[in-house]
Amino acid sequence: MKNTYILLLCLFLTTLVSGQERFLTKTGTISFFSKLPLENIQAENSQVLSIVDATSGQMAIAILMQSFLFEKALMQEHFNENYVESDKYPKATFKGNIIDFKSIGVVEKKVQVVGMLEIHNESIEITIDALATKTADTLVMTGAFYINLSDFAVDIPSIVRNKIAQKIKISFLFNHKPYKK
Amino acid sequence: MKNYFMIFAVLLCSFQLSAQDLLDILDKETPKVDNVVTATFKGTRIVNGHSIKNRKSKELEFIIAHRFGRVNTGFGELFGLDQANIRFAFEYGLTDDLTAGLGRSSYEKTYDGYLKYALIKQKEGVHHFPFAVSLFGSIAAKSQKAIVGSERTFAESLYYVGQILIAKKINASFSFQLTPTYVHRNLTTIDADPHDIFALGFGTRLKLNKRVSLNAEYYWQFDKLVSIAARNSLAFGIDIETGGHVFQIILSNSITMIEKSFITETTGNFFAGDIHLGFNLSRTF
Repeated sequence: MKNTYILLLCLFLTTLVSGQERFLTKTGTISFFSKLPLENIQAENSQVLSIVDATSGQMAIAILMQSFLFEKALMQEHFNENYVESDKYPKATFKGNIIDFKSIGVVEKKVQVVGMLEIHNESIEITIDALATKTADTLVMTGAFYINLSDFAVDIPSIVRNKIAQKIKISFLFNHKPYKK
Repeated sequence: MKNYFMIFAVLLCSFQLSAQDLLDILDKETPKVDNVVTATFKGTRIVNGHSIKNRKSKELEFIIAHRFGRVNTGFGELFGLDQANIRFAFEYGLTDDLTAGLGRSSYEKTYDGYLKYALIKQKEGVHHFPFAVSLFGSIAAKSQKAIVGSERTFAESLYYVGQILIAKKINASFSFQLTPTYVHRNLTTIDADPHDIFALGFGTRLKLNKRVSLNAEYYWQFDKLVSIAARNSLAFGIDIETGGHVFQIILSNSITMIEKSFITETTGNFFAGDIHLGFNLSRTF
């Protein structure tokens, strides 16, 4: 009898834990922008996956590199084949925490997200400023930050060095919805 | 004691769940997509002949290709650099899968037009497909004035080529293409020359580093023009990628750059030094 109680308790607890609130989007947008006098390069990926655990404020992002669309097909080919080597490293990821997640509400609030960003098999710790709003059925996060290509071992040949900036501006917009398994 | 053990199991169970990696969930939620294999070849030509590479929609490419004279003509001819056969062409992506080209070669003052269509693409993922197939068709018209006594009509100046390009990217640094080819000429020089010639092309790309690859190409003819003692075309090329275009440096026993011509009208013996240095320069707008 006692064991049955414990079993019930176990099931109850599991439900509680797995029923914790999570927000997910599969259509997040990340775009990057390389701005130089000679050439501007930009690309957009609107199939980015992002998930936020509302109990812990943990956040994870997965970016398929081949889903970045460029203005010129040749740029896209070079990006995948020569710079980020998408066949070897198909995904970029971010894993971190939203600081003071509980303070996010219906009024837009500036928060910091701290975590590890991995691109091209190289990880660095990064702090990103984001604007966040949260209602019962949405969690919107948007912002922009800069990365250094040299941090991610992306080799830029001298012949295009004046066309590709070292500092790349990354913008993001995630419109999360409640995630049900 | 048993109860404590159970409670411990419960706690462990819940702990594991809460610490479950969010990235794993994203992995599960990632939609399964097909990845079209790209960069099988970097240029629209492997060396002389077409590769499965198409221009993207609305992309206009201007190509200037040169083949110099034979290197074994010696110092007097500056190893062939004194003569040059040139072809310039505009090639345009009507769609991502259909490219049209218009060109003119100085050799026999020939105009050529072609269409190339990507029929099947090599894919990885859900709808996996192991190789790519493209179709190629061209018409060439010789406009050089005929010598007195052997005048020809416009129809007699025409040549037709049909090709099936079958290519496979084996891995990031090695690609291969088979090219069954049919060439038809309306007029032959002598009766013993065939009007129809079938050939099989072999082409390959070996990537040496991120920006340089070594290409080779050979067209084996099942039937040959006897009037000119035609040989099979052999060519080696180096692709150098710069930001906006691919630069190809070429060594070949063929001096011409269009299919009807280099496949069936090559007369040089590569291994006797009848080698033409050449380059393909392209600029994409």
